[in-house]
Amino acid sequence: MLAWTIYISFFGAAILLLLPKRAASFARCLALFAATSSCGIALAAFLRHRTGEFFTIVDKPWIPSLGIQYHLAADGISLSLVLLTGIVAIAGVLFSWNIEDRTNQFFAFYLLLIGAVYGVFLSYDLFLLFVFYELVIIPKYFLIANWGSTRREYGAMKLAIYSFVGSAMVLVGLIAAYVGAGSSSMSLDKLAGFPFSAHFQMVAFPVVFVGFGILAGLWPFHTWAPTGHVAAPTAASMLLAGVVMKLGAYCCLRVAMTLFPLGLGTWSHPVLGITSWRETFAILAVIGILYGALVALVQRDFKFVIGYSSVSHMGFILLGLMTLNLMGLSGAIIQMISHGLLAGLLFAVVGRMVYARTHTRELAALGPMNLSSALPFAAVTFVIAGMAGMGLPGFSGFVAELMIVIGAWRAFPVLAVGVGFGILIGVVYVWRAMQKAFFAERRHELPPPHPLQPITVPEKIAAALLIASSVAIGLYPQMVLNIIQPALHSPLFAGLRQGGW
Amino acid sequence: MTFPALTALTLLPVAAAAVLLLLPRSSATLPRITSATLSLLILAFTLLLWVRFDHTSGALQFQERHAWIPALHVEYRLAIDGLGLIMLLLTAIVVPIGIAASWRTEKRSSLYFALVFLLQACMFGTFTALNFFHWFIFWELSLIPAFFLIRVWGGKLAGRAATQFLVYTMVGSVTMLLSFLAIYLATGTFDFIELAGRGDSFLPGVAANLGWQHVNPQHLALVLFAGVFLGFAVKVPLIPFHTWLPAAYSEAPSGVTAILTGAMSKMGVYGFLRILLPIFAPQIHRLQTSLLWITMATIVLSAFAALAQHDLKRIFAYSSINHLGYCMLAAFALVRTSDAGLLPEQYAAFSGILLQVLSHAITAATIFWFISLLERRSGGTRLLSDFGGLRRIAPVFAGLMGIALFSSLGLPGLNGFPGEFLIFKGTFPLVPWAASISVLGLLITAVFILGVIQRVFTGPLQPGRAVVPDLTSGERISFAPVVALMFVLGLYPQLVLGTLNSTVISYVHQLRF
Repeated sequence: MLAWTIYISFFGAAILLLLPKRAASFARCLALFAATSSCGIALAAFLRHRTGEFFTIVDKPWIPSLGIQYHLAADGISLSLVLLTGIVAIAGVLFSWNIEDRTNQFFAFYLLLIGAVYGVFLSYDLFLLFVFYELVIIPKYFLIANWGSTRREYGAMKLAIYSFVGSAMVLVGLIAAYVGAGSSSMSLDKLAGFPFSAHFQMVAFPVVFVGFGILAGLWPFHTWAPTGHVAAPTAASMLLAGVVMKLGAYCCLRVAMTLFPLGLGTWSHPVLGITSWRETFAILAVIGILYGALVALVQRDFKFVIGYSSVSHMGFILLGLMTLNLMGLSGAIIQMISHGLLAGLLFAVVGRMVYARTHTRELAALGPMNLSSALPFAAVTFVIAGMAGMGLPGFSGFVAELMIVIGAWRAFPVLAVGVGFGILIGVVYVWRAMQKAFFAERRHELPPPHPLQPITVPEKIAAALLIASSVAIGLYPQMVLNIIQPALHSPLFAGLRQGGW
Repeated sequence: MTFPALTALTLLPVAAAAVLLLLPRSSATLPRITSATLSLLILAFTLLLWVRFDHTSGALQFQERHAWIPALHVEYRLAIDGLGLIMLLLTAIVVPIGIAASWRTEKRSSLYFALVFLLQACMFGTFTALNFFHWFIFWELSLIPAFFLIRVWGGKLAGRAATQFLVYTMVGSVTMLLSFLAIYLATGTFDFIELAGRGDSFLPGVAANLGWQHVNPQHLALVLFAGVFLGFAVKVPLIPFHTWLPAAYSEAPSGVTAILTGAMSKMGVYGFLRILLPIFAPQIHRLQTSLLWITMATIVLSAFAALAQHDLKRIFAYSSINHLGYCMLAAFALVRTSDAGLLPEQYAAFSGILLQVLSHAITAATIFWFISLLERRSGGTRLLSDFGGLRRIAPVFAGLMGIALFSSLGLPGLNGFPGEFLIFKGTFPLVPWAASISVLGLLITAVFILGVIQRVFTGPLQPGRAVVPDLTSGERISFAPVVALMFVLGLYPQLVLGTLNSTVISYVHQLRF
């Protein structure tokens, strides 16, 4: 049943492309219907598989001669990310309600992207996973290049090139593993169970991890992210930051770390005082946290603030993965969900609620418009989303950061202190952006250049949906932990567990 | 299953905020009348808890305990003892005063009062939660309504003041969070009561879990202590972590300042008493001399600072630091010695803290209420030089405000006296030198408060100075219960002490160092 999330999205995309051009409102409703029904399916599965156990959805031979199966499966981790995708997808459609330019095509690409994302989360065969992973790049490129703003061709091309470089690295690593394991199967559990030599794993692990890490905003390969986010239309940046970056992090965990657990082990010779890839990536993650936060602190463009904040938040996820303990890994997964919801919301506030009305994203220009009284809903939403993102207790971001920091205390105490600074800078940049954009002092009583349209109902529903999800996780994280933690105990992660969590 | 009284108490202000936000926007008077009524209802509910509280027992009462996040060993655990009870009571008393002091708020008054209620809910939550995870939610969340109340309704420099307030508190919160997570790693629990029961037996565990076996556990304990200490020291505040306070208190609207000083600063005191003292008693014992010096500096320097100010709100901002300094003095003195002969002194000191927080809450909030009236009548100025001769033109105003000022000064017969008396009675035998130096603070407080009385109430009526009409009869009636309370607590402190006695005894006995 869960496979229908993919099919519905692809069918929806196909139908949208066949529609006559003037059926814009029908196109919107159709996209909303497709997004809602996939989200409903995901929710149903989420409720049914309360224990987070692994289950296969479809398993059919696809290219038998190469041992490639059409194998869709899910466990607690993929289920919760599928549900996240469903929620963000609905919100994205609602926030794109105002798209008038080639509406059908826009939503067709949008649904194609969503379907491919579902595909990555549900694939259990690495070939299939890679196909979906590549499929994500195409609609992403077109959404940005056609409907974007500020330097959109540049942003789209940069994003595509980075993604392809990452994919190439992944492909090299995966083929090496496939061949090394006897060219008989691309199935994740078979490859994960194959005893690759420690030396091979040491080499393959960083290649595949960095390949996926590029999409997860791993510093210093993050530079596509801010420009891509800024150039993208609202719904695309919501998906990009909310879901697509999670694909990278998810695959880092699901593929790179499970296939090559020994690659995380200690090197025979320390280099510059660093003793393993694990430490290397943990340090890069913390640099990403601090660097993203510091750069966000000095941006003049509102959307760049959020763009860099995503780099910072993704650093938390990567750090959580590198802690290799149950606490840190669960925290990383919760942070994936949390950041998915909140980054989506922040981009929606900036791109849709503010930019689409004021036509500027310069913080200095937004200040005099007195937006806190002109668009109070946008101001309140931004305050909530910003605070939730910076880790205010009661929201999902706090639970995630809490668990990641506990994990980091155990694994890398010194880095945990660095994370503390990252959290603090996070508070400051959110606060600075909020004050400048919404609560700046009005020096002159300038009337706004044109009256701002009030916030529409679809926007309010979508914002409420995202906030409610974040609060639900923040107040009752057990809901998600219940299905994540059994999944982390599954045999798939046995290799990682020997690392001593 | 018993009635979840504490959860209900925390939810009541949230409901009140929701009611306010749903009110029609047209009416100017409706929001304030509604919020006054609701805040009094909440006070009534709190008094009901006070009555139902079993004063023969120092154990935790009204306990609610449910599983919440088993994966993190986090429970939903609420309970109060006498310490929590007094905090709830003072919060419930201060909020109506703050609302009365904001009576004439014109700008978006529904939202203003709704934020006040949310702030109250956060404080109730902080004073009842016994699990770090749960408690920290409210501790942090309380910053948000406070920030916006200062930022949006405050004076000209409110933006800076509010940001400074937020950033300072956040720094403290983050260090506290890191410390608690490190402790959690070793102990696997966030529960305050459990942690207090462990003494410092968890310390070697922390070092082992961080892979820092080479670090001396005693040193590590001091680092963890410093992290938590900073969080609370900023909140109370102790000098030198106080610099956010004068700006925040003077830029905030007076009604909000009443709540900030009356109730919110008590969150810091509560943190010291509920968390820091029981869990880190050995560390405090070790660092006692330095901590006492910090406290003495706080007491004496803030009194001098108040003496040097011209702005009424800043004067009482510093005065607030001074008054809470006495609480800290007694708190640190508590862990001086485990000599059983000095137990009565420890009881006296701890009872003094409890009385002092209550009386400071009432007095300080009332003084800011008066300042709000002065501000309104004088058209916004509140410099000492703007006033004079109030006694002649507004005798009732001067008389009632005088009572509040004398109470702040610690005049026997008024509520300020018993608390300070007990604190000094208990502290002196425990740490004579610190108590003696701190008496200097009392002296200077007397000087600056008499200075205020002299400059504002007496003196010639000069042209150009603010003309202050006397209190209206409505205002007189609303001040009556507060002033009566000052007398009652001053003359018959047993009313409060009787209820708290068992708590005092069991609290002092659980301190181990």
